[in-house]
Formats: sequence, C-alpha cells, structure tokens
Amino acid sequence: MNDTQSKELKVREKQEVASPAEQTTPGLVFTPAVDIFETEKEITLLADMPGVKADDLNIDLRDNTLTLIADVTPADDSNEEVVLMEYESGRYYRQFTLGEIINQENIDAKLTDGVLRLSLPKVEKATPKKITVTSG
Amino acid sequence: MIYRRFFTVPTFRFRHPIDELYRMRQQLEQMVEDAKAPNQRVSAGVYPLINLTEDKDNYYVRAEIPGVKGEELDIQVAANNLSITGERKIAMEEEGAKYHRKEREAGSFSRMIGLPGDINPEKVEAKLDSGILTVVVSKAEAAKPKQISVK
Repeated sequence: MNDTQSKELKVREKQEVASPAEQTTPGLVFTPAVDIFETEKEITLLADMPGVKADDLNIDLRDNTLTLIADVTPADDSNEEVVLMEYESGRYYRQFTLGEIINQENIDAKLTDGVLRLSLPKVEKATPKKITVTSG
Repeated sequence: MIYRRFFTVPTFRFRHPIDELYRMRQQLEQMVEDAKAPNQRVSAGVYPLINLTEDKDNYYVRAEIPGVKGEELDIQVAANNLSITGERKIAMEEEGAKYHRKEREAGSFSRMIGLPGDINPEKVEAKLDSGILTVVVSKAEAAKPKQISVK
C-alpha cells in the first residue's frame, strides 16, 4: 500500500506550545508531529524532530508518562543576515501517557535524518493457561 | 488609501474632532511599530518552509525536511533560481500495526526560490544533517560587496 507516494506535501506550520514549566532559558518550544502504532509485542513512536542530535535528545519514561525533550542548536551562525524567514527553530517537547506496561529494559531509540524511532516493548502478559478437567 | 479610511469612519461626526486626531495618531504609531518588527514571517505556502540568510560571500538556504534522504533530493540552480524537489517516504509498517496517531505525512514536494542577487552556479553546495537541508550558494563576484578605501 503505497498510496502516499503521489500526494503533494502541504505546508504545516510548526506547532508552538506553551511549555508546562517555566523555562530558565528563553526560546520557543514546538510539538513534534508523531506517529504512534502498536503491535502485539510493542508500541512504536515516530517523531519528526529536524535539527536534533542524539546527544540533545532526552527521553524519559516514568509512571506511565513518556516525555520527549530535545534541544536544537541554531543552524546559522550569528554573522549571517536574515533575508527571509519562514520557520523558526526551538526545542521540542511532547508528553504522552501510556496505557500499557512497558519493559523499560528493552526500550530502543534511534534517530535518523531528524526522525526519532522509539520502540517500547510491552511487558509480556502471562500466557493464558488452559485447564483441562478430567472426569474420573 | 489610509486617508480615505480616516474620513469615511461613520462615527466621525458624532465624536469630537480631537478624538479622531488622537485615534489617527495611535494608528500611525501602530504602523511605525509594525514596520520595525524584525523577522516578520511571510510564508510562500509551499513545502518545505525555507529560511534564507546571507553573508558577504554566500546565500544560505535552509529547510527542515525530516526523514528525507539525500539521494531522494534533486537540487538545481538556473539563473538566480534554486529549485528543490524531492519526496518524503514513510515506510509501511508491519501488518497488524494499529495506529493511535498519524500526524506525519509523506508525499512529494517541489519548491523554487528566487535568490535576491546574482549567483555563481558553479559553486553551490548542499548538505543534509539530521533532517535539515542547507544549501550554500556562492554569490557572483559582481554581486559581492566591495570595500572601498578612502584615500
């Protein structure tokens, strides 16, 4: 199913958020666009975070709350003059509440081309045991 | 245009003329304030959004295109125009995946940017780093600012 190929991408302004806590450093905060899907084994989260380096990304999972925070170092150096500015950069912040219990040991995060792929394996549930009743 | 608007305000005749003058002054102040606002964002409405900066020697075109590989991009220069064409692909996930959210989009894009000055088409460099494309376009010799020494 590759029906997405022919479609033309539309411009979407980055979504700015009011950060939950007051910040010590000034700057804009954006919500990354995400895809979240789950299979029987795991929950996968994909997030668009252009400009984020692996070292600047902070993923935190505690009490079923998943928090993504990423800092972006500005791409241009200060002696460049702005001619046109259509987007702004700032840090990324987004928080989710997870319904499932996650196996914290095996969380895997990968960052490629500005896209984060986070795999959250579910804790294996006890396999249902079938009890056979023998008559005798 | 502005003057005409001032005199067709319907409440004009019920108010004291001094009020009207005061309002005009406020509007003028607002206009000056607007003109001073730096980096006003005006979007062309074409993906990807672009930031264009310049220094003495180069123009820098930057765009956020997360998830696009370098080989899926086609960048060309012709006269003073830079065109960026590409496609953003999102791989299909395994069968049976149930989506909770789907905010990311895939698709093709094509954008043309007119650069404000003459460029040297031989010296254009593009680089893609963690989802940010940077195209450095060298200015033509004639377009570079020259320092003139005073004798």
